[in-house]
Amino acid sequence: MSNRYPGYDVLTKRHTPSWNEQTRTVIDERLSIDPEKHQFLTDAEWRILRAVCDRIVPQPPDRARPVPLAAMVDQKLHTNGGDGYRDARLPPLREAWRRGLAALEAEAMAQYRRSFHELPALEQDDVLTAVQKGDVQADAWRDLPAKVFFTKRLLHDIVSSYYSHPIAWNEIGFGGPASPRGYVRMYFDRRDPWEASEARPGREERARHENARVG
Amino acid sequence: MRMPVSVEPIEQPRAINGGAPDVFHRGGVVPMRQYSDDEVVDFAIVGTGAGGGTLACKLSEYGFSVVALDAGPYWRPLEDFASDENHQAKLYWTDERIVDGDNPLQLGSNNSGKSVGGSTVHFAMVSLRFRPEWFKARSKLGYGADWPLDWQEMWGYYGEVEQTLKISGPVNYPWGPHRPRYPYRAHELNAAGLVLAQGAEALGIQWTETPLATVSAPRGHSPPCVYRGMCVIGCSTNAKQSVLITWLPRALAAGAEIRDLAMVGRIDHDREGRVTGVHYYREGRWRFQRARNVVVAGYSIETPRLLLNSATSRYPDGLANSSGLVGKNLTVQANQAVWGIMEQEIRSYKGPPSLAITEHWNYTDEGKDFFGGYAYMSQGPLPMHWAGVQSSKRGLWGQRLLDEMERYNHQVGLKIVGECLPQERNRVTLADERDQYGLPVPRVTFSFCDNDKRLIRHALDFMGRALEAAGATEIWDETDDTAHLHGTARMGDDPKTSVVNADCRSWDIPNLWVCDGSVFPTVGGVNPSLTIQAIACRTADRIKALAARGEL
Repeated sequence: MSNRYPGYDVLTKRHTPSWNEQTRTVIDERLSIDPEKHQFLTDAEWRILRAVCDRIVPQPPDRARPVPLAAMVDQKLHTNGGDGYRDARLPPLREAWRRGLAALEAEAMAQYRRSFHELPALEQDDVLTAVQKGDVQADAWRDLPAKVFFTKRLLHDIVSSYYSHPIAWNEIGFGGPASPRGYVRMYFDRRDPWEASEARPGREERARHENARVG
Repeated sequence: MRMPVSVEPIEQPRAINGGAPDVFHRGGVVPMRQYSDDEVVDFAIVGTGAGGGTLACKLSEYGFSVVALDAGPYWRPLEDFASDENHQAKLYWTDERIVDGDNPLQLGSNNSGKSVGGSTVHFAMVSLRFRPEWFKARSKLGYGADWPLDWQEMWGYYGEVEQTLKISGPVNYPWGPHRPRYPYRAHELNAAGLVLAQGAEALGIQWTETPLATVSAPRGHSPPCVYRGMCVIGCSTNAKQSVLITWLPRALAAGAEIRDLAMVGRIDHDREGRVTGVHYYREGRWRFQRARNVVVAGYSIETPRLLLNSATSRYPDGLANSSGLVGKNLTVQANQAVWGIMEQEIRSYKGPPSLAITEHWNYTDEGKDFFGGYAYMSQGPLPMHWAGVQSSKRGLWGQRLLDEMERYNHQVGLKIVGECLPQERNRVTLADERDQYGLPVPRVTFSFCDNDKRLIRHALDFMGRALEAAGATEIWDETDDTAHLHGTARMGDDPKTSVVNADCRSWDIPNLWVCDGSVFPTVGGVNPSLTIQAIACRTADRIKALAARGEL
């Protein structure tokens, strides 16, 4: 777990002037996503997606409530939420994921003769790297360009889900919701008292103290 | 106190029963005149963004009867906008569009709004004038095409728009002919803007505070900007001077009707070939609004899509398309960036994202191996967007992605708005797939040309040096991005080589007009919204003059 912003929790600002009612509603919904719930993907697809998410965004094992990444991607598939453009080389969202997950599984079988989700992490990374580079063996990629799927669908959907979650904001020291209060101090190395404090060497305790008071 | 929950504006129209949303008050309603479908209004305007919204205001103030239709919802920013990138995707045009070519475009959040007020609800508010020579790019600079407009006339309209939006900008603008002082003072710079300034000064070029359409002091019902930094996901402060909160309240007060959640699918014409009104889908059924004139203002994808989809036996290639140019010359702007890491904390999420700018390479022609110009600006990407740059663009995932993202508060970047050249092969056509309205999905084809690539290389090299001079390290290039849309219904003074004339009136059908970014023959190196609004103001004046002479 990152210690750059020790003790910083954007959620402690929930009842400050940095959050308005509509933002509380939206974030509450995101926090209530059931990490086991999948409404669109089959159980088999779900196992692959979970394993993929664990490698694309490896979360610390000691995190009490990890970002429910796979469930967030499944929710996007369930609501069929588009981005407003689709690379002509890819089928529509749902079909792209269905075929992409099947192709990933086929690639794992082709390279290691095991299911993707059963592979050790390093070998899972090898499979994902091969897909990213388009250096693939499985026939399943014939109608689905591996590089395009990896970059424009797989990475896009998983990574954007992760960084829409408050836990990710804590990790990177993002101020989070900011209406109506906004910000005042805009200069180099200046922070408002309701922003994350960075633990530069020698000032970890001070950062922790300040981060306890952002709310 | 908790306000009563109002009807979800994505589900049901709000501009109904003689009232439209009061954009300045939670739950508020202002009176709105309404017309029946059978009433022949003077103007049916398709789209309420920078082109259509501005024109709806001006025409209704000139006494014309106006119905303006928009496919998007009618927001009240104070009650509807959350501080959340994911949720606010509701502002974007996310209907299916297919992209291809050598450099398939990213649409949606990048350049396409689906809201009353259009993309100005989520734009970055950068409000720049064209360099005068760009209006005669072919004759004065040797590339692209000439506009049928005169820059000095446009200077007056720029002034009108800047006053209407109370643009916050510098006292003296460093480039181009004299312009008046901006109506409101410039915003203070954030650290990201100061990095741009330091780099420019180190390399000996001028920079300034970016003229922005967000107020730096109170203005009517708008409080000053609070530097929340979420401008591109919708301003919940109402400091941003979008079309939604500037031109449209005036349009309503002057008697225009605005129909939200009204998707126009087809324009009809009579036996003489003149258009008679628009078919639109609202509240679960297709309806037809009759009109003496139709203005298409759906931006550079929806505008040609509608004209092409309205083809008939009389106009087999679509309306206003005798030149064959409807949908062609889709022109974007290069939007490449250099990024680096600063020892200091930058926290570029604070304040409007592009507070500092240099237009040096728009106004300097020496030392270039390409046609056209570019501006570059400081940047303030929000986390989801930034993660997309690091993953989809840079290819990072796994621990490398997490490590890089952790340095979010130290990253700093410079990004261009660069002039791409018009090319006929870049175009909008209709695909075989159908959307939720049963309309053909647009196919959007785009490839950079060699000139575009030379401009991009020049810009990346120069900005890399500027960023380094300002003290950034680990500098890298983001090579794959574009911004804004133009072309696809270009204006000109020859019916064979253009779709509309200087007045935005189609050559083929005298009561059919196009008024949005589609009419740009060339694009310059500045964000287009101010120019689109200036053209709309001019078009309204021309329509008024033509009407007075009985030439409508």
